[in-house]
Amino acid sequence: MNRTVLRLTAQAMLGGRRMLLVSAMAVVLIGLALLVRILGDMSEPDIAGFLQVISLATLMPLFGLIVGTGTIGPEIDDGSIIHLLSKPVPRPVIIHSKLAVAVMATVAFAVVPTALAALIMGASGSLALALAVGSLAAGAVYCVMFMLLAILTRHAVIIGLGYALIWESLVGSLVPGARNLSVQQWALAVTDALATPGLITAHVGLVLAVTLIIGGFVAATWYAGSRLRVLTLATED
Amino acid sequence: MATMQIENCSRWFGNVVAVNDVTMTIGPGITGLLGPNGAGKSTLIHMLAGFLPPSAGTVTLDGGPVWKNHDVYRTIGIVPEREATYDSLTGRQFVVASAELHGLDDAGAAASRALATVAMEDAAHRKIGDYSKGMKQRVKMASALVHDPAVLLLDEPFNGMDPRQRLHLIELLRRMGAEGRTVLFSSHILEEVEQLASQIEVLIAGRYAASGDYREIRRLMTDRPHQYTVISSDNRILAAALMADGSTAAVRLDGDALRVDASEFLRFAELLPLVARDAGIRLYEVTPADESLESVFAYLVEK
Repeated sequence: MNRTVLRLTAQAMLGGRRMLLVSAMAVVLIGLALLVRILGDMSEPDIAGFLQVISLATLMPLFGLIVGTGTIGPEIDDGSIIHLLSKPVPRPVIIHSKLAVAVMATVAFAVVPTALAALIMGASGSLALALAVGSLAAGAVYCVMFMLLAILTRHAVIIGLGYALIWESLVGSLVPGARNLSVQQWALAVTDALATPGLITAHVGLVLAVTLIIGGFVAATWYAGSRLRVLTLATED
Repeated sequence: MATMQIENCSRWFGNVVAVNDVTMTIGPGITGLLGPNGAGKSTLIHMLAGFLPPSAGTVTLDGGPVWKNHDVYRTIGIVPEREATYDSLTGRQFVVASAELHGLDDAGAAASRALATVAMEDAAHRKIGDYSKGMKQRVKMASALVHDPAVLLLDEPFNGMDPRQRLHLIELLRRMGAEGRTVLFSSHILEEVEQLASQIEVLIAGRYAASGDYREIRRLMTDRPHQYTVISSDNRILAAALMADGSTAAVRLDGDALRVDASEFLRFAELLPLVARDAGIRLYEVTPADESLESVFAYLVEK
């Protein structure tokens, strides 16, 4: 990892509109949890079901999309990535540094708010922890997946939205086989393994889920580095 | 001392050929890459900078490949044409970051030196987003110079600069060329190239069109009349004597001056003083009327 790349990426992220958007999403999640708590007590299974839909199924893909593409996409679009690529820094190091910023942002603005929301709603510590670990697993995979997409195509946000809305929500819920390739289902398997049995329903086995989370994360990180190495920049000609 | 070599290099995008079978060597000193907009200059510079692989041919720096080799950036400094930088950073933060990315021991001192070189110390604390186009250009230059590179590639570096900044950059590049660095800059503005470059490479419609000192390029074009303005003690007699020789295509009396179209440069250069001497005419002034880069360029474009 390179500290300068970390700093530049974090500054670009924190100073941009994307950070306002993800902050707003975190605030909405916490706000919803407060509202639910004020309106009445929820049972542990209801809290698990509520956060499964709001956080794991809705917030995490969108968050991963915004943060994952945001760490590198705007630089590629406006051409300022040239200032980074014209330095003797190995390309995988650039990817590792940018990914670290994306994952840290995920922890701060999605994982912690998810756990906080669970606790505010009256969930047990073990369910909050399980949801936090599950959302971290999902967030990390989404971040690297969408970062890779931003390197591969200028239409990363549209394709990513399509994936989140069509694949994760529609195909994943209608076609049982497609669930094996759903990041949300992998995260649910991890959450299910850590939470009290019966609170979370996962359609993928834990071993397969963990294998796909780790394998997908490592493979996408490696591939992003190798694609950045051969990234061609548009010229004025 | 570093040399960049482009060998039989072509680059196409789908059906469009941006650079077509170009071979050139860029050695120490200042080289101007000249051509109209869309001639392929930026594509060529991108290939030299390792941001674009050639579709055919090779690009090397001192014999080593440039593409997929991030170590070349220890030797190369790049000033891209596109303006986008990290606008939220100050000029100094941007140049310090460049120094850090180069792994320099004292990034702060290196950044100060580079900012002083481009006379940007006073504005270094301001955000790049608030800079004028010329200031952005200079801070990009400082970023490219921060590691003291042996090779400097500049894509249209004079864009957006006011005349004073232009002169300052010309002076800076001259100094870098004199220090033995390999400096390549592209431009479609002829005066810039003419003022600065000892060596010119002309690219037109993606093809290599000419190379060398611009006067030499001009002289190579023997199938086009070279124009001279001559003022002598007797223009009429001189006109008649010149027309008697095959190297003169046309003469025209224009007030006190004689406009001569010479069909062969070398022969005319030898002939004129001989004819004048034999006719007892004194030559007061002989000026090549079209020996500007503009005329060379226009001719090459026509061709």
